[in-house]
Amino acid sequence: MIEQQYIDLFTQFREELDAHSVKGMNRHRDAAFKTFQQIGFPTSKQEEYKHSNIVRTFDADLGLNLRNIPIPVNPYDAFKCDVPNLSTHLYFLINDRYYDRFQPTEKLPEGVFAGSLQRFSELYPVQFAAHYAQIADYSDNGVVAYNTMFAQDGFVVYVPKNVVLEKPLQLINVLRGGVDLSVNRRILIIAEENAQVKLLICDHTVDDIHFVVTQVTEVFTGASAQVDIYELEENSEKVTRLNNLFSEQKEHSNVVTSSITLHNGYTRNNYRFRLFGEHAEAHAGGLAICDKEQHIDNFAFLDHATPNCVSNELFKTVLNDQATGVFCGKILVEKNAQKTMAYQNNRNLLASDSAQMFSKPQLEIYADDVKCSHGLTTGQLDEEALFYMRARGIDKEEARLLLMVAFTRDVVDMIRIESLQERLTSLINKRFRGELMRCGNCNVCI
Amino acid sequence: MLFRGENAPFIQFIHTKNNSQADDTNTAIIIFKINMTSMLKIKNLHAIVEEKEILKGINLEVNQGEVHAVMGPNGSGKSTLASVLAGNPKFEVTRGNVLFKDKDLLEMEPEDRAREGLFLSFQYPVEIPGVSMVNFMRAAVNEQRKYRGEDPISATDFLKLMRDKRELLGMDSQLVNRSVNEGFSGGEKKKNEIFQMAMLNPQLAILDETDSGLDIDALRVVAAGVNKLQSKENATIVITHYQRLLEYIKPDYVHVLYAGKILRSGGPDLALELEKRGYDWLINP
Repeated sequence: MIEQQYIDLFTQFREELDAHSVKGMNRHRDAAFKTFQQIGFPTSKQEEYKHSNIVRTFDADLGLNLRNIPIPVNPYDAFKCDVPNLSTHLYFLINDRYYDRFQPTEKLPEGVFAGSLQRFSELYPVQFAAHYAQIADYSDNGVVAYNTMFAQDGFVVYVPKNVVLEKPLQLINVLRGGVDLSVNRRILIIAEENAQVKLLICDHTVDDIHFVVTQVTEVFTGASAQVDIYELEENSEKVTRLNNLFSEQKEHSNVVTSSITLHNGYTRNNYRFRLFGEHAEAHAGGLAICDKEQHIDNFAFLDHATPNCVSNELFKTVLNDQATGVFCGKILVEKNAQKTMAYQNNRNLLASDSAQMFSKPQLEIYADDVKCSHGLTTGQLDEEALFYMRARGIDKEEARLLLMVAFTRDVVDMIRIESLQERLTSLINKRFRGELMRCGNCNVCI
Repeated sequence: MLFRGENAPFIQFIHTKNNSQADDTNTAIIIFKINMTSMLKIKNLHAIVEEKEILKGINLEVNQGEVHAVMGPNGSGKSTLASVLAGNPKFEVTRGNVLFKDKDLLEMEPEDRAREGLFLSFQYPVEIPGVSMVNFMRAAVNEQRKYRGEDPISATDFLKLMRDKRELLGMDSQLVNRSVNEGFSGGEKKKNEIFQMAMLNPQLAILDETDSGLDIDALRVVAAGVNKLQSKENATIVITHYQRLLEYIKPDYVHVLYAGKILRSGGPDLALELEKRGYDWLINP
């Protein structure tokens, strides 16, 4: 049993694990451990993991930095953010630890907190207890249970009532290490009533070793609050990223997420949105560009629990070589959630004969007065458009490239930071031109 | 033999010696091509699509400065001819050859045909969501400049060129800021084709049913644009169903295409006759 080594590790090193953790995190471990022992990691025998055999990636000799041994890295040397038009408040997580030898020079507005879970739990113990591990449900998710067992620190954004953060926050996750590692991160985002915040999360790999990363993000969006979360993955091919985002929204709130997979190894993104206040809106975008043997699995679950809410999903995948892509979009409209509007769109482009895409929309609607739609296409580049461009003198390869970039356009358009849109468009261009093979640096910044 | 209209140019062969037998002294034969350079020579062109033969031996010659109209009933192969000349990979040429400015056209990739100066105004212009007209045109203009060994066009020159040509066609400035043909009306799409033609200034323009879907005002604007672009150096092939367009774009020659072959060639009068009598008298004489 692959899980056994982790069960043993947990039992054996429990004291050390607790000693080097945020105190408030420790009390959630036992319950998670109990569940983990029962369900283990997901396998491809489970319907929702049919095309992503997660358990396999844990069948390795992975180290866990339970004693919090400092990783020698100065992220500021590696990541100089000097694009003037993408100005952000910058933070780093080195593997799963907050990098604290730095304080952002620009002060955040009064009452706003951005920093480590450790510090947050000390300054805001009530808020911490009320939110940490509250919606990251692991009852049917062994990866989240595993993360809850082993996570020791992470990053928090807390924006109190009525505070609007104009400038986006940026969290750069750096993967660094000398041996193959299991990295377990936690992120907590709390936007109280009428607050607004935008967060960009960039994932990078520095060292050419195997990383298995679990990341659990909990997002609480209060009434009339606005939260934007843009995730940009640029990891190496040796990285497995198991990402789980849980979002709960109150009335009149508005959440935009976008998951951009620009370069990766093996990625599973789980998104769970719960709309439980009337007139809440969730917009979930996703774009993955994969080639070689890369694997992307985007899973989105949208739960309409109250009437009059809007959800809009747009997930796109471009696959080349032997890459595989998976999309599963589940929409649940609960019985009382009348006047729901839920739209789901999944479009996939296969640029080679050997790339494979598996896609499945799943709508469960129990209310009778709703507007729900889903669309799904998987195909090749439009031959007519290709010829039209060539007939104007545009090179075949250039025309293909323009069409592929164009294909990604509407996902990029969902992002509500204009300078990030431009930056992304240029990165996508580079990616298609094969100029983005290395990923030791933050390409958003450089 | 092709019928030549009254304005038609002709070839003169001038021999330096009085038609005498070959002389081993300094005899040379100089061929002057007066007022006429061959633009396009189509010989016995056969083409198929999905194993069905559409073109069954087309012969056509177009010279500099000429305007040719190709007419014919639906399904006669007019659009196929246009597509084959532009290099649409959907069609396969099975026999024959085509010289464009004395180069083997059929050997060229579609993009090289365009760079050599061939332009097809599409019957059904393609919508390309996500690619802006501006980026599309800049790419097209620069690819052609690169082919001729020129530097990319400067931003100011490009914008000026866009503005000038847009005004020529009376196009809304908003249209060029949108994605290529996306959400354009039928008329706007056709105008956009001629706008692109104006931007690229081709030597041989093939207008495939450019009049279809145009109201009379739009037709006038489009025809005026085409006429402005026509010169002694270039040539135009107008493919159309109806005589109507030919009231605005005056052809030197009219060809009737039927069942993949040119059935009859004549001067502008032929178009008038077709308008009066239809095609039946030609098809079933």
